[in-house]
Amino acid sequence: MKNKTNVLPREGEAQPSRCPDNTAFKQQRLPAWKPQLTIASVLSSFFLTGAFCLTVGVCLVLSANSVREIQIDYSDKCSDCSKLRENSSNWNKECHCSVNFTLKENILGDVFMYYGLQNFYQNHRRYVISRSDAQLLGRNVNIQRSYCAPFSTYRNGTPMAPCGAIANSIFNDTINLFYNHNSSVIQVPLLKTGNSWWTDKNVKFRNPESYNLSSAFAAGTARPPYWQKPVYLLDEEDERNNGYLNDDFIIWMRVSAFATFRNLYRRVRRVRHFTEGLPAGNYTFHISYNFPVTRFKGRKHVILSTVVWSGGSNPFLGIAYLVSGTAATLTGFVITGIHLKLRKKKTYFQRRCESCFICLQRSLH
Amino acid sequence: MADPIRWARYRWQRLIPTEGRECSSNNSSSKCYQLSKTTGKHRVVIPCLGHFKEEYEKLSKLYMNNKIRTTRYTLLTFLPRNLFEQFHRREKKYIDECWKNVNVGDFVRLSRNEIIPADMVLLYSSDPDGICYIETASLDGETNLKQRQVVRGYSEQVSEIDPEEFSSRIECESPNNDLSCFRGFVEHSNMDRVGLSKENLLLRGCTVRNTEAVVGIVVYAGHETKAMLNNSGPHYKRSKLERKVNTDILWCVLLLLLMCLTGAVGHGIWLSKYSEVPFFNIPGPDGKLSPPTLAGFYMFWTMIILLQVLIPVSLYVSIEIVKLGQIYLIQNDIDFYYEKTDSTIQCRALNIAEDLGQIQYIFSDKTGTLTENKMVFRRCTIAGQEYCHEENAKRLECYQEMDSKDEDSADCQCGSSAPTSKCQGNNWRAVCEPLNRKSMTQLSGRFSAFKRQEEAGDTSNSGHMAFSSPIETDVVPDTQLLEKFSQISFHSYQQSEKASSKSSLETMYIADFFLALAICNTVVVSGPSQTHQKVRLSSLSRMPIKSLEEIRQMFQRFSVWRLSSSPLPSVKESSSESPNSFVRKLSIFGMKLASPTLDGADERISEPHNTDSPENSQVPGEIHLVNVAAGGEPNHAVSSIELSPIPKLSYEAESPDEAALVHAARAYKCVLQSRTPDQVTVDFAGLGSLTFQLLHILPFDSLRKRMSVVVRHPVSNKVVVYTKGSDSVMMDLLRTASEVHTNNSEIEEKIKERTQHHLDDYARRGLRTLCIAKKVMSDAEYAEWLNHRFLAETSIDNREDLLLESAMRLETNLTLLGATGIEDHLQEGVPDTIQALRKAGIKIWMLTGDKRETAVNIAYACKLLEPKDKIFTLKSQSRDACALVMSKILEDIQDNTSVKKNRSEKLGNASASPSTQAQGFNSGLVIDGRTLEHVLHDSLQNIFLELTEKCRAVVCCQATPLQKSVLVKLVRSKLKAMTLAVGDGANDVSMIQVADTGVGISGQEGMQAVMASDFAISQFRHLRKLLLVHGHWCYTRLTNMVLYFFYKNVTYVNLLFWYQFFCGFSGTSMTDYWILILFNLLFTSVPPIIYGVLDKDVSAEILMELPQLYTMSQKSVAYLPSAFWITLLDAFYQSLVCFFVPYFTYCGSDIDIFSFGNPINTAALFIMLFHLLIECKSVTWIHTVVIVGSILFYFVFTLAIGATCKTHNPRSDFYWIMEKHMTDPVFYLVCLLTTCIALLPRYLIRVLQGTLFPSPVSRAKYLVRLSPEERRKEIKRWKDECNVNYRVKLQATSVPSS
Repeated sequence: MKNKTNVLPREGEAQPSRCPDNTAFKQQRLPAWKPQLTIASVLSSFFLTGAFCLTVGVCLVLSANSVREIQIDYSDKCSDCSKLRENSSNWNKECHCSVNFTLKENILGDVFMYYGLQNFYQNHRRYVISRSDAQLLGRNVNIQRSYCAPFSTYRNGTPMAPCGAIANSIFNDTINLFYNHNSSVIQVPLLKTGNSWWTDKNVKFRNPESYNLSSAFAAGTARPPYWQKPVYLLDEEDERNNGYLNDDFIIWMRVSAFATFRNLYRRVRRVRHFTEGLPAGNYTFHISYNFPVTRFKGRKHVILSTVVWSGGSNPFLGIAYLVSGTAATLTGFVITGIHLKLRKKKTYFQRRCESCFICLQRSLH
Repeated sequence: MADPIRWARYRWQRLIPTEGRECSSNNSSSKCYQLSKTTGKHRVVIPCLGHFKEEYEKLSKLYMNNKIRTTRYTLLTFLPRNLFEQFHRREKKYIDECWKNVNVGDFVRLSRNEIIPADMVLLYSSDPDGICYIETASLDGETNLKQRQVVRGYSEQVSEIDPEEFSSRIECESPNNDLSCFRGFVEHSNMDRVGLSKENLLLRGCTVRNTEAVVGIVVYAGHETKAMLNNSGPHYKRSKLERKVNTDILWCVLLLLLMCLTGAVGHGIWLSKYSEVPFFNIPGPDGKLSPPTLAGFYMFWTMIILLQVLIPVSLYVSIEIVKLGQIYLIQNDIDFYYEKTDSTIQCRALNIAEDLGQIQYIFSDKTGTLTENKMVFRRCTIAGQEYCHEENAKRLECYQEMDSKDEDSADCQCGSSAPTSKCQGNNWRAVCEPLNRKSMTQLSGRFSAFKRQEEAGDTSNSGHMAFSSPIETDVVPDTQLLEKFSQISFHSYQQSEKASSKSSLETMYIADFFLALAICNTVVVSGPSQTHQKVRLSSLSRMPIKSLEEIRQMFQRFSVWRLSSSPLPSVKESSSESPNSFVRKLSIFGMKLASPTLDGADERISEPHNTDSPENSQVPGEIHLVNVAAGGEPNHAVSSIELSPIPKLSYEAESPDEAALVHAARAYKCVLQSRTPDQVTVDFAGLGSLTFQLLHILPFDSLRKRMSVVVRHPVSNKVVVYTKGSDSVMMDLLRTASEVHTNNSEIEEKIKERTQHHLDDYARRGLRTLCIAKKVMSDAEYAEWLNHRFLAETSIDNREDLLLESAMRLETNLTLLGATGIEDHLQEGVPDTIQALRKAGIKIWMLTGDKRETAVNIAYACKLLEPKDKIFTLKSQSRDACALVMSKILEDIQDNTSVKKNRSEKLGNASASPSTQAQGFNSGLVIDGRTLEHVLHDSLQNIFLELTEKCRAVVCCQATPLQKSVLVKLVRSKLKAMTLAVGDGANDVSMIQVADTGVGISGQEGMQAVMASDFAISQFRHLRKLLLVHGHWCYTRLTNMVLYFFYKNVTYVNLLFWYQFFCGFSGTSMTDYWILILFNLLFTSVPPIIYGVLDKDVSAEILMELPQLYTMSQKSVAYLPSAFWITLLDAFYQSLVCFFVPYFTYCGSDIDIFSFGNPINTAALFIMLFHLLIECKSVTWIHTVVIVGSILFYFVFTLAIGATCKTHNPRSDFYWIMEKHMTDPVFYLVCLLTTCIALLPRYLIRVLQGTLFPSPVSRAKYLVRLSPEERRKEIKRWKDECNVNYRVKLQATSVPSS
C-alpha cells in the first residue's frame, strides 16, 4: 500500500485529525516471534525431550524399585468376625483375630503401616460433603444447617459430635504388630501421632474450648451411631491426640480419591530391635475386627511399606517417562530419516508446496 | 436517570372560547370525525382548541405509553416556572410542554435550533418567503439544509399565525413510514382546498435551522410519526461462521446429553450392584434411599449441572469480545484513512467482520463507487454545434498532475470557487504553472492551517460543502462558445425572438441553453462562510453602485472585520490608503471567502511589486495578473467589486450533476444568484440581472428520468418550460417536424440528428449525458395545464399517478436546445482493486442506473471487462426472446470453452506452453434494465444464473434500486453465495441491506448508503485491503479461536467425566468448585481472546500481493466440519492423557480427592496454554504477558484459596493442598509428563504440516522470511503457477459440462 503519512508537517494541530495513530499495535505490526518449524528446532526439541524423559524415567524406576512393601488382606482371615459384623445388632460384641506373616528380608528405614480398603467409595458425592468443617474447628455451630444430614442429630435433638457420614463410617479396627523374636513375642512400638498433615492437626481441626474434653463433648452432644465410644475417648492416653485432634480421625476425614485406597495408620518407632527398620522374621498382626466390609463387597488390607521421594512403590510414573522418552527419541530419528531422504531433492520444500497447492485447489473445486 | 435534555413544547391554551365560532367548528369536527371513521384510510386533523376536548381525550389515550422523562421542573424551579407559565397562559402565549404531551392538532411553535417534536404541517415561518430550513441529519445523516415551505395561502401572512383564527381542516394520509412522501390537503372554512406535500411537512427529529420561529400544526405525534414508524428496530445480521458455530454447539449439546446419559445409566448399574446399602451411599434427610432407576434419573440432571461447561456459553461472549477487538483494529488501520475527506473506515456492524473473508460476489454501484462522483463539465453541444472545451480538458490534466504530485495541494484549492471569468481560469493556470514545488508546499501548508482554523470555527460546516471541489467548480469556457456568448445582448436577444436568421437563432439557443442550466435544478444558493445562511441578494447585488467611496468603506468595514477574526500571519496592515492597498485588502477578503490561490498569486504579485525581484517577471501571465488584481483604476476596482459577491455564492445541490451544470453556467457568466420558492434570479452577462418567476418545479424522478421547471420569462413574459433529462427519454418528447410545420422544423430535425450523434460520441467516451430542451407555452395552455395540475396536487389517493400524468402532459413538444457531457473520474486504484479481487476468486458485478454505453465504458476503464473478453449483450423486449438469447449465449460460451480445450489438448500437455494457456476465454455479460425485468422472472432465474456463473463479469445498466436488490437476493438465495454490495447513494440502500455484507462509500451523495451499510469506507480501493487482509485475518482468527474454545471446553469437561467412572457416577468433581468455575472464566479465557484478536498467520503485504490466499478463507478451509471433529478428537485424547497419567500415578495410594484433582487441573492449564502457543502463528509480547499472567494468576489463586479457605464452603478440603504440592517433586513430574504426552501428537502434526506438506498459508508464511528480492521471485513463480492451476481447474470443470 501507499505510504500515506503526511508529507507536510501540519502546523497548528487545532483540529484533531481522524487519522488513526501510526502505532505498531494499531497497525498490527507488533514485533512478533513467529514459531518457525525448521528442521533444526524440531529435531532438537524431540531429542531434548526424549533425553530428559529417559533420564527422569530411569531415576523414578530406580527409586520405586527401592521401596519395600508388604500387603496382607485380612478381610477373610477372620471369617467369623466378618460374619459377626454383617449383623449390625452385634456392634458392641468384640471380635479379635490375628494374622501371621513372614518377612523374608529386612525392611530398612522408616516403615509405615497403612490400612487399605477396597471398593469403598469414599468419593461419592453426597458422602464427600457430609461433614461440618466448622464443627471440626471447635465452633459451636448449628450443624443442622450443614450437609451432615441424616447424621446430624438424633431424634431427640442431640447433635452428633462429629456429625456427618464420613465421621460416622470411620475405620475402627485396631491393629497391633508383634514380632516373634526367638519364640518371644515383642510388640513392635508404633507411633500414633505425627501421621497427619501438620496443617490439619494444627489449623483445620480444633477441639471445643473447655477445661476438659469430656465436659466439652459430653454436655449436649452424642457419639455418631456407628461409633463404639464417644469422640473424647478416642485416645485416652494422650490429651493432644484426643477428640477432633485424634490423628486417625483426621486422616479418615481426608477422603480418598478412589474406591481403593490406603490410609496411614501407624509408623514404626525406631527403637531397640527396630532402629534399622523391621528385621526379617515372623510377625503377627493382632486385629480387633470392627469395620465390616462385606456390605459393600470390599476388602481390608494391612500394609507395611517404606517411602521414597517419589512416593510409594507405584512404578507407573517411571515407566511412563521411559516410554514417552523413547517415543520422542524415535520420532526424532524418523523425522531425521525423512529429512535426509528428501534433502537430496534440492527444493523439496517448494515442490511439495506446489503439488500440495494444486491438490488443494483440485479438492476444493 | 432523568433525561438531561429538556424537551419543550409550546402549546396554545385558550382561556375564553369564542362563542360565535363554536358551532361552525363543531360542525366541521363532527364531519371530519365521521369521515375518518368511514374511510379509515385518511386522517383528519382539526386544531387543538378547547371545544374538541373529547376527541383529544380519545386521542391522548393512544399515547399513554409514550413517555419521555423530563427535567422540566425540579424542586427548585417548580414554583417560578409554574408562575411563569400561568402568566403565559393568561397572556395567551405559548407555554412549554413535554414532548409526551404533544397531541395531534396541537399548534407548536419552535425557535431556531430546536428539535421538532412531532410531524407537523408548517403554517408560519418567520422567513418572509415562508421558508423554513431544517437539518435532517438525525433522520438520514445528511447535513445539508432542506427547505420546507409554508402551506400555500399562509405564506402571505405577515404576522405570526393566530391559532385562534385557524379554522381549517387538514386531511392527510394515515400514518405511514414513507419519509419522502406526504399527501394531504387543507380545507379552509370556505371549502377551498390547498394541497399538502412533503415540502410542507416538518418531520420529527429534524432540527430547525436559520429560521427564527416556525409554527405548525401537529398531524402525527408520538409513535405515529414517520421517524418512529421508520424505526423498525435494528436488523441483525448473523455471519456465516456464527451459523456454523451454532450447529456445532448443537453437536456439543448432543455430546453433553450422551455423557449425562452415560452417567445416569452408570450410576443406576453401580447402585444395583449392591444388595445392601453401603456406608457411603447416604440416605436422604428423611432416611430413605431412592431405587437405582430413580437415582439414575436424578443423576442425569446432576450430571448436566456438573458438565454444563461443555456448552461453551462463554464462547459467545468471547466471540463478541474478539469481534470488537477485530473491529477496533480495522478501524485503526491507517491504510483506510483518506486524507481529502479526513475520514477513515467506519464499522457500523460489529458482528460480521469475519464474513469479509468469505465474500464470493461483489455487487458494485458505478457512480460514486467506482468513480469519484465528481462531475466535471466536459463538453456540450448546442444547436447541433459541438463545443469540446479543450481548455477545460487541459485544466483537468493540470489538476490531475497536481493530485498525483501532492495530495495536499489539492486541499489548497478547496473552496476556491473562482470568479466567473475566463481570465480567472487563465489566472489559475498562470499560478499553477510557474509555481515551483517549494512555494506550492508553503502555500498549501499555510492554507491548510488557515483552513483548519476556519473549520475549527465552524465545525458543523466543514466537509459538508458537497460537490464543490475545484475540479468541479472551475470550468474554463470554450473560447468559441464564449465568443458567441458575448454577442448576446438584451437587444439581440429580443431580436432573436422574432428574427429567424440562423446566427441569431443559434444565439438564442445558446442563451436558452445556459438559462436552462442555471434554472432547471434545485440548487440552493448560500454563502460559503455560513453555508447555511441564505443569501439575500436583494440587498447586495441589486444595490445601486453609487460611488467608489461608499463601496470602499463598505469593504473596508468588511475586511477589517474579517481581518480581526483572521488568523493569517501573512496579512500585513497596509499603512497607506492608496487604491492599491484597497485592492489588496479586497483580494484578501476574497481569499478569505473562497480563493486561496487567488490570494497566493496576489501576494506573490504584490511582493515583487515592493521588492522588484526580477525572476518573477519571467512568469508568463503574471503581468496580466497584476493588471487585473492590482490595477489602480477605479473603474477596474468596481468591476472586481461586482465580481466579489459572486465568490460568496456557493451551491448546495442534491446531485453532483446539477452542481456541475450550474457551475458550468456560471463560467459563462450566467450566474444563478438566488433561489426562492417563487423566483429565481440569474445574473446574465449580456442581459443583466434577470428575475424569473418560478411557477412550478417538476422534480426529478427515476421513472420520468427528467426534471422540468416552469418559469415566466422576464424578457418575453411568456411561460417557458425548461426540461433536462436523460437522452433516452428526451428524444421521444421532442417536437417532431410532422406535428408543427414551422420554418424552423427543418433546422430542428437537423439539430436533433446532430445532437444524437454527439450524444453517442459522449457515451462512447464514458461521459454522462443530459439533454436540455425547452418549450414556450401560451398563457391559455398554461392555465389549462395548471388546472389539471391543481387537481392532481390536491388528490390523495392516486396522487402520484395524477402528478405523473400532469408532468407528462407538460413535457411534450419540446424543442431540443442541446446536450451536455459530464465526466466522472474513476477513483484512484479501482482497476488494481478489481483485478486483485478477481484473482481472489470474487466475482464482481456492476449494477448501475446509467445507460449502457457509459456503463460498458466505465467497465472497460476499471478493467472489469477486458478488451479481449467476449461481450454478450442481453437486450430483448419479451421474456421468451430473452430466454432464447440466453440459451444461445450459453451455447456460444460452451462452444468457445470446448474449442479452447480441444486446442490445448492438441497442443499436448497442459503445462507445455504457458503462453498459450494464458489466452483464456473470458466472457462478459451486459444487461439493461428492461431485460433485467424479464430475467428476474421466476422461470428464467436459473438459466440466468447459469449464464452469469460462466461469465467473468456482469454489467447491469439502467437498473432500478429494486432490481439491484432483487439481483443480490437472487444470487444470495439461489447460489448460496456470500455477497457484498457496495454503493454510495440512496439508490444502493436496498441492495446494501439485502447483501450479506453491505459496504457504503461515504462519498458525495449523502449518507443514506452509509447509514444502511455495515462498513463505510471512503474509497473503493480500500475494499482490497478490507477483504484480502482484514477479511482473511478476521476469518482465520475467529475460526481458530472458536475451534480452540470447543477444544478447551471439551477437554476440561471430559476430565470431570472420566472421574465419574471412579466415583460410582455420583457426580463428584475432584476440583474445588471455585477453581472449577473460575478455570474457564479467568485462567484460560484471556489468551484465546488475545489470540483471536491479534494472531496473524500471513502478513498484510503478502496477503495483498497474493490474492489467491483469499480462496482459503472463501472456501472456509479453516472451518470445515472435519476440523471441528478433529479438534474434538484431539480434545478427547488430551483429556484422557490429562486424567489417566495422574490416575495411574496415584492409584492405590493415600491420595485424597483434591490432592488428586490439583495436578490434573494444573496440567490441564499448561496443556491448554501450550496448545494455544502451538496454534499461534505469531507471538507478540502481549501473548507472552497474557499467558504468563494466566499461569501466575492460577498459582496465586490456588495458593491463596489453599491458605485461607478453611470453612468457606462445605468442601473446604482444598486447604493447603497447593502449598503441599509445591514442595512435592512428583507433582511437577506428573504435570510435566502429562503436558508432554498430551501435546505431542498435535505438535507432531504441525511439524509435519509445516515441513512436509505445507498449506499455501504456511508457504506464504515461509515467504515472509525471504529477502525482498527472493520474495519477489517466489511470488512471481507462484502467480505463474496459479495461472496454470487456473487452467487446469477450468479444464477440469469443463469436462463434465461438455
